[in-house]
Amino acid sequence: MVNSAAYLDLAKACLPELALTATSLLVLFLDLVWARELEDTRRRRVLLAAFLSGGALALLTTFLWPFAGIAPGGMWSLGATGLVVKQGLIVMGLLSACLMAPGDWSEHAGEYFAVLALALVGMLCMASAEHLLMIFASVELASLSLYILTALNKGQRESTEAGLKYFLFGGVAAAFLLYGFSLLYGATGEMTLKALGAKLAAGSPDPLVWVAVAMVVAGFGFKVAVVPFHWWAPDVYQGAPAASAALIASGSKVASFWLMLKFMGSGLAGAAGDGSWGHFVSGWMPLLAGVAALSMVMGNIAALGQSSVRRLLAFSAVSHGGYLLLGILAQGEQGAASVVFYSLVYGFSSIGAFGVVSFVENAAGHDRFDAFTGLSKRSPVLAFSLMALLLSLAGVPPLAGFFGKFYLFAAVAAVKPLGWMWLVSIAIAMSCVSLYYYLLVLKQAYVAAPTREDMPPLEIPLCARLTVLFVVVVLFVLGFFPEFLLGRIHHALKLGVL
Amino acid sequence: MLAWTLYSAFLGVLVLMFVPVPGARWARGVALASSLTGLGIALLEAVKFKPAGELITIQKWAWIPSLGIDFHLAYDGISLTLVLLTGIASVAGILFSWNVEKRPREFFAFYLALIGGVHGVFLSFDLFQLFVFYEIAIIPKYFLIAIWGSTNREFGAMKLALYSFVGSALVLAVMVAAYVLSGSQTFSLPELAKVGFSADFQRWAFPVSFVGFAILAGLWPFHTWAPTGHVAAPTAASMLLAGVVMKLGAYGALRVSMALFPQGLKIWHESIGWLAVAGIVLGALVALAQSDFKFVIGYSSVSHMGFVLLGLASMNIAGLVGAVLQMFSHGILAGLLFGVVGRMVYDRAHTRNLDELKQLNLGRELPFAAATFVLAGCASMGLPGFSGFVAELQVLMGAWKRFPWMAIAAGLGIVVGAAYTLRAMQRAFFAADAGVLAPGTTESAAPHDPWEPISCAEKLGAVSLLAISIAIGLYPAWMMIWIQSAFDGAFFAGLRKVVGW
Repeated sequence: MVNSAAYLDLAKACLPELALTATSLLVLFLDLVWARELEDTRRRRVLLAAFLSGGALALLTTFLWPFAGIAPGGMWSLGATGLVVKQGLIVMGLLSACLMAPGDWSEHAGEYFAVLALALVGMLCMASAEHLLMIFASVELASLSLYILTALNKGQRESTEAGLKYFLFGGVAAAFLLYGFSLLYGATGEMTLKALGAKLAAGSPDPLVWVAVAMVVAGFGFKVAVVPFHWWAPDVYQGAPAASAALIASGSKVASFWLMLKFMGSGLAGAAGDGSWGHFVSGWMPLLAGVAALSMVMGNIAALGQSSVRRLLAFSAVSHGGYLLLGILAQGEQGAASVVFYSLVYGFSSIGAFGVVSFVENAAGHDRFDAFTGLSKRSPVLAFSLMALLLSLAGVPPLAGFFGKFYLFAAVAAVKPLGWMWLVSIAIAMSCVSLYYYLLVLKQAYVAAPTREDMPPLEIPLCARLTVLFVVVVLFVLGFFPEFLLGRIHHALKLGVL
Repeated sequence: MLAWTLYSAFLGVLVLMFVPVPGARWARGVALASSLTGLGIALLEAVKFKPAGELITIQKWAWIPSLGIDFHLAYDGISLTLVLLTGIASVAGILFSWNVEKRPREFFAFYLALIGGVHGVFLSFDLFQLFVFYEIAIIPKYFLIAIWGSTNREFGAMKLALYSFVGSALVLAVMVAAYVLSGSQTFSLPELAKVGFSADFQRWAFPVSFVGFAILAGLWPFHTWAPTGHVAAPTAASMLLAGVVMKLGAYGALRVSMALFPQGLKIWHESIGWLAVAGIVLGALVALAQSDFKFVIGYSSVSHMGFVLLGLASMNIAGLVGAVLQMFSHGILAGLLFGVVGRMVYDRAHTRNLDELKQLNLGRELPFAAATFVLAGCASMGLPGFSGFVAELQVLMGAWKRFPWMAIAAGLGIVVGAAYTLRAMQRAFFAADAGVLAPGTTESAAPHDPWEPISCAEKLGAVSLLAISIAIGLYPAWMMIWIQSAFDGAFFAGLRKVVGW
């Protein structure tokens, strides 16, 4: 059935994944035969350079040989939009790698970059997978790699604890997902998303399908950390090494939301139901709407009470997950475009935020609010970056986060004109709440006077500094000219295949 | 060319951020140059302006074509009036903050960002763009107050930021809904004003967006951010807050809520009128009971902004023109009053408590401050010859036609206004028992001997603000023609049809 020409097609379709897998092996190999002998800093630099060049190559292949279409067997599809997502994912992986700071776990630098590359491969596969088994395999590849990345700082209790928690929660989530998938297969006998969607739409509602839908929502809910499946997030965000946390907050979110968008929109198209005001029909839409509302409310309110900036970012991530679900509910071109735009912007801001947090934390030894005191004096550039990053998360113009949020709201409000206004109202109200806690952090950075005059200057490795600046520039550029990315996404969506 | 009012402000921000200017002098210089450019351009355009009633587009290009969002800068008589006000207030604010030595670069960068945002709102004729500028103005306010403020600054700053954000959230909800319902894939205000939304939609969209905007205009009972914010803010920021930022709210209510949802206005105008009257009367009464000099002015702002809202709610041309004129007039006078209290008095006496000021014999020590306050107070009380008189008279005439009882109540507010102004004036500057103090205590009560003389910058700022107020007071017609022409223009056709003038 699959001939040699088809294999060539398949290879072409997986070029970035192949490049990254090779990078992973290359890094391990380099580390084993040569880099291990080097002095710590040099070793890290060599490995980072190897990883970055491999990643850059993967990025390059997406531009040089963009594959569009469905690979043989229907396991794998890649449309122009998926390509944008993949490019975003690779860039996020590269940026997260740059944040790796010298620390007490740098003897694992080789493993770190190798696993990071594998995590990226998993995420890229998530962006392309069209088949239940493929989806599950790629989700697990990404998740397992992320568990390792979380627990990599073995010497530190929090890191190990976070890794274990993440693993246990993630394991349960995977079980839910798999159970849901097997029920779906049982109910329809189909494995690819398109066929599944068609069968579900044609058949009469089956109680089995409802159970499956609930399971799938729970499984994905764990992955994207939305209420009530979010409990792992604060601990992981707090305990994981900053570079790993940055990837969990960015790449993993982008890939999961993209996959969820595809899965809900095409795989479960027949079981959507409706949750808009006055048109209630059971299905995944009302379920997701409830989850979204809970996430926005709980995430934002819980964030108010945090004193650790990392935990604050975790709860804010929960609320952002809630906003993103709005885009999934919107479906259609506008919905898809808004999810892609917002998740990319959100991912970039998170990477930057974790970068800043990690520098501050390295200097102060903790990430509580008072570590940020007087940041504007100690490092004006960093303080300004933090302001841009957090205000973008809060959705204040002229930063990209504002337009992202606005577009999400507009997209979902446009469905059955104003049918979802109840959810949009909650979202808007809750973003007011979020401004308060972001401002609390900024208040420490800008308003509070340093407790000591002789605060040590912040030591920031060059590539980490560049990463943060890059993200800030991206946020401003996309804030002033959202069309730059939005135009690409829309153009891609017009080409058809998700 | 008017676009450069806004560009010069943001250019100033960039210069202050990226060019390492040495010392406060240079930072001040950059800020002053930037806002003088803005004012100069506004004046030039004002001289050239022919009140014809049509929108004059400065720039228009597709900004986010996927959503039909344009970058559309344009102006009519109302915009021009308020741009001019912003230019004046920004220059005056810098003159009155000549003594800022703490983190001057950041101070003026935030200050100019705020000015730029305000100019942007007044010149935007695309709803999305207007909203963007409206929100850009929020964050600088927070930092200006939280870093350089006084009394309870962090609380005041946060309260103000959250109130503003909640207000803009209400606006955002209506904006999204209006975009979706218009069915025309556009955010262009002139287009949206032509749509004629269904009465059911207007019934809720109008109050939500009007209140959203009016929170920033100090609409009672959502006004409480104003006094605390004004009091906490550094002088220049209070001048801007009371002078122009509160006008943003009133302007938004007029330009967006009233123009887009005129039928909603018809349903709700009476309730809004009563809230405005409540603001006028209660604001004045509360001001009467304050012991902090700045709180007096802060509550007086709420009271005076009540006239703006009353004018808007009166739904006739006299009231509307009066409302806009009052925006201008109050912008000038509030700036002046806050300048006197915050810079001339507080920075020297280091107290704003009226009972303590009593002891300081300021009338004799700072005669210039006293004279300025007397004149500004007269203007604020609504004495003929000053701008406040014409504006409030117009509003009262408008209100009288629509709801006589409200006009009477508002008139009562003016009387109370005279009372609190005179009370504060008497206590701060002309306390009768100042000289009666025992010889020994007089010296100890005036610890800042000799008083730092009133600087040239302050004098210049005060005199020019007063001169403008008197100029408008003596010959208001030129500005009223601008404003009237805008109301007669095509933009307000929908409002005109429903309200009928």
